Order: sequence, then C-alpha cells, then structure tokens
Amino acid sequence: MKKKEIGAGVALRPDKRGFLYYLRRDWQLYLLVALPLAFAIVFYYLPFLGLSIAFLDYNTITGFAGAKFIGLDAFKEIFTQKDFYKVLRNTLVLNLLDLVCSFPAPIILAIMLNEVKNRYFKKVSQTILYLPHFLSWVIIAGIFYQLLQPNTGIINVMLTKTGGAEIPFLTEKYHWVASYVVIGVWQSMGWGTIIYLAAITGINGDLYEAATIDGAGRWRKIWNVTLPCIRGTIVVMLIMSLGRIVGISFERPYTLSNTMVTDFSDVISTYVYRVGLSNQRYNIATAVGLFQSVVGLIFVIGSDRIAKAIGEEGIL
Amino acid sequence: MKISLKDRIVDALIYIFLGVLTIVCLIPFLHVASMSISSNAAVTANRVFLVPIGLNFEAYKQVFGDPSMMHSLYITVIVTVLFTALGMVLTICGAYALSRPKLKGRRALNMIFVITMYFNAGIIPSFILMSTLNLLDTMAVLILPLAFSCYNMIILRSFMKSSIPPSLIEAAEIDGCNEFKILLSVVLPLSVPVLATLTLFYAVGRWNSFQDALYYISDSSLKPLQQKLYELVNSASSQGLTQEISATTLQSPEVLKAACIMFATIPILCIYPFVQKYFVKGVMIGAVKE
Repeated sequence: MKKKEIGAGVALRPDKRGFLYYLRRDWQLYLLVALPLAFAIVFYYLPFLGLSIAFLDYNTITGFAGAKFIGLDAFKEIFTQKDFYKVLRNTLVLNLLDLVCSFPAPIILAIMLNEVKNRYFKKVSQTILYLPHFLSWVIIAGIFYQLLQPNTGIINVMLTKTGGAEIPFLTEKYHWVASYVVIGVWQSMGWGTIIYLAAITGINGDLYEAATIDGAGRWRKIWNVTLPCIRGTIVVMLIMSLGRIVGISFERPYTLSNTMVTDFSDVISTYVYRVGLSNQRYNIATAVGLFQSVVGLIFVIGSDRIAKAIGEEGIL
Repeated sequence: MKISLKDRIVDALIYIFLGVLTIVCLIPFLHVASMSISSNAAVTANRVFLVPIGLNFEAYKQVFGDPSMMHSLYITVIVTVLFTALGMVLTICGAYALSRPKLKGRRALNMIFVITMYFNAGIIPSFILMSTLNLLDTMAVLILPLAFSCYNMIILRSFMKSSIPPSLIEAAEIDGCNEFKILLSVVLPLSVPVLATLTLFYAVGRWNSFQDALYYISDSSLKPLQQKLYELVNSASSQGLTQEISATTLQSPEVLKAACIMFATIPILCIYPFVQKYFVKGVMIGAVKE
C-alpha cells in the first residue's frame, strides 16, 4: 500500500526522491501544518458531505441511515415557491445597491483624506471613521433603531419639531432598503479607505512633481495621476465584490430587519436560517444553500478569470 | 509657492466635508451614550440629543447588577480568550510550516486552505455536523469551528516570508536547532507586531459575532453577550425587557436599552484607540498577497 503511494509520488515529480523521504526529513513541519489542516478538514470540508441532505428526506430522528433518496424533489419545490424568488431578488437588489453605493465611497474618501495636509486633523478623522468597523451588527442595529424609530427616535423627533413629517426609516420597506444601504456605507466607508490610502502612498512622488511642472491643477492630478495609479487596486476590489454578489452576510440583514419590512429584508441567508433551523425543513434549506454556493462558485471563478485576463492578480 | 484662492476654497470644502463625515460617524454613539445616563423623564420626553440631561446611572446599576447579563459577559470573555489562544496556535503552526520553502506539497496545502475562504457548505450541513459531534449547546461550538482562519494565516505567512531573513533560519539550522526551536526562538520573537495584530483580529471578531451562537446555542446559560443584547434590544415589549433585567425598579426601556448597548460597546471603545494601528497594519500585510 505504502509502496504504491511512493511510486505515484515519484511519477508526478521530476525529483527522484519520494514524498516519504520529505515526510521523514521534514516531519516536524508536517506535524505543525497537520494541526490547522485537521481543523480545516473537520470544520470546512466535512460539512460538504452534509450537502447530500438536499437530495434526501432527511430528518433528525432517523438521521442519514433512515433517509430516502428523493432526487431533485427539494429543488423542484424551491423553484416553484414564490418565496424563493423573493429572497433571491432581495439578495441581488440589496447587494447591487450596496455595490453601487458602498464601493465608490472609500475611494472618494481616500482621495479626499490624501488632500488633507494637517496631520492632526487627518489622524483624528481617520481614527473616528474606522470606528464603526469595530462594532458588531447587533450594536449598530441597536444604535440605529434608537436613532431612527418613529415617535421616539431623535431624528424623527427633530423632523416633527421643525415642522416636517415623520419618515418611517426602518418600518416602511422602501425606506428600509435606503437605510440598509446608507448604514452599510456608514459602517464600511472609513475602513475601506485603508487599502486605497496604502495604494496612494505607494505612488511615485515624481509623477506629481512632473504634473505640477506641466501646470496641472489639483483635479488634473487626481484624475491623471492618482486614479490611474490606483486603478489596479480598484479593479481587484471591484472584481472581488462582484464575486460575492450572490453571497450575503447573515448578521447585517438579520439584525436590521423587522416584521414590517420582511418583503424586502428577507434574503437567502436569513431564509435558509428560518426554513432550515427554525422550521427544520433541512432538505429545502440545504438545497437553497447549495444553489447559492454553486452560483457563487461560478461568480468567484468567473471574476478570478476576468482579473487574470486583464493582467491583475487573481483571488484564487 | 503661492496658493491660489481657489485652492484654499477647495481645501476648506474638503476639511468641512471630512469634518461632517467624522461627526456623522460619532453622533450615533454620543446620542446612545447620553441617553444611557439621562433621566427617564428627559428620555421619555425626547429631550436628549447629544448632552445627557439629568444624570442618572440607575440603568447601568441595573445592567451591572443583573446576574444573567454578567453571566453572558463571563461566557463571552472565556470564549474569546480560549478562541483567540487556539486560533493563534493554529495560525502560527500553519503559517510557519507554509513559509518554509523546503516544505514539499506547499502549493497543494495552500490551495486546500485558500478554498476555505471562498466556499463553505452552508448553515444546515454545518449544523448537522455540530449536532453529530455533540457540540450543540456547548462552549466548544463557539471556539472550535471558526478557530482556523485562512485569512489570518496568509497574513502571518506573508510576513514571515518577507520580513524574516532566510539566513537567520539557516544559521539556526546549522546550529542544530530543530523546527520547533527555530519557530519559538527565532521566528516568533521577530513577529511580535503581526502576532499582536492577529490576536486582535481573532479577539474582536469573536467578541462581535453572534450568528454562530444564534444557530448553535439555545441554552440561555451559554448565550454570549451579543446574542443576549440582540434579544434585549429586539424584545418588542418593554415589559419583557424590564422583567428580564429587573422587576423591582421601573426604568424607562429606552434608557435601559441604551445602557445595554453601551455595556457591550464600552469594552471595544476602551481598547480601540490602542489597537487601531495594529489593525491597519494587518490589512496592509493582507493586501500584499504571496
């Protein structure tokens, strides 16, 4: 058995020594790497076996042994359900709006921060702008519910005091979508600047000097030097965001939603949680999850290909 | 060089815009913080904006005096410490081994790890696995599954590859050090700043996340702080909230909610000024792949 493996190893490598030689020589390194490998296999790879639930009439009482093969029945069921299309639409719409608003915000902010000459001002504003990134969505949702509630939320109180009408920021579905997006921008814009600021710092100062000598003003320098120089970073970040367009985090929509806006706030992740863990329809939830993973896989591989095709570093 | 009037105006506009954004980032915290220490009457009358009115620390007394809240804090602290320690051990072991060019099969191992960043089987298969392993409703379910983070390992590996001179490791090898000794006495002492960064990544991440607790924990004596907070803030009836925290004193639910939010936020706010620069450094190293 072992001999066979060694033979296979030799055939693959130009190197005459078998893998066993290296295993013996570097056993300490292999021992070290085995530890995280074991965790990756158990907690990331082992669950993939559970995807078979999508094709079984699995329940917790009979387990895998008593589960009958039902083929694509679970998929047939979800594709005839209105709810499924609703959560798919919500996921795509929220992610697209997020991309349109949350993606450019840190770029603009980074360019502006770069224009600031006063180091003290820059440092203080950066420190505060990064802050929302460090808070959990539970806290952020808690804070914004306090701020935006009708009747008692301070924003609405101020609106009514100044003679305006109350705005149902979180309790009416269209307003909720806007609030969801704006809160996302608020949470992520500061932190997102780090990567662009690093790219801007890496730009050769000579380019700016040459531009100044050529009589370029501030806007021309931003447009013709800064932006082209950070183009690579922007493209990679954009491609990575596109790769995640069908994946949606759980915590943000879950903590921000409420019963009045589920028409728009119910997304794939919250749907899988509700149908699977609350209603215990394991095969339906797994099938939806599998569908999301497969489409997500196509997007990730596709965006990786695009990145490599235009000469940028891929993500895989 | 003469600065034109136009330039000055643009400069001023940039400062004003950034100043406003900065304030916008801060206002929500200030509002909730001042609500949490204002008098019930002022809050009920919606008079509190950014300055507390009628100082009142009753809500905090209730939160700190509430056994279930303190128990959640205790669970969260223990879980965070153990999770961070385990995560760091796994990260260090993996990153060091993969940073050594002599390790055969490095590329394949690397691929196995990187895939975990982009794909996962999803909630239900993970849930079934945890239930098969009898991990549901244990503290271990909050510690083990997420302890390995490929992203953090890549950051550490990049650092070890780029910032630790290979000659130093070779010299140690010639002196007869084994790999464990090289790792402990050569590589780790040189990696302290990155190790600090990653420790914070793990700790803050664990402190803040609540979705796995929501999936796997139903025993209320094991609920971490974020989950507890979520339940408190979302309990629609203020009755349930006051009963849960204290049935004796009548406290405005808004003040109590604000105090609960601040209770979970303050630990982060306290460490934030000191850890911020480490985080920024970590992101920078992470951005340079390979």
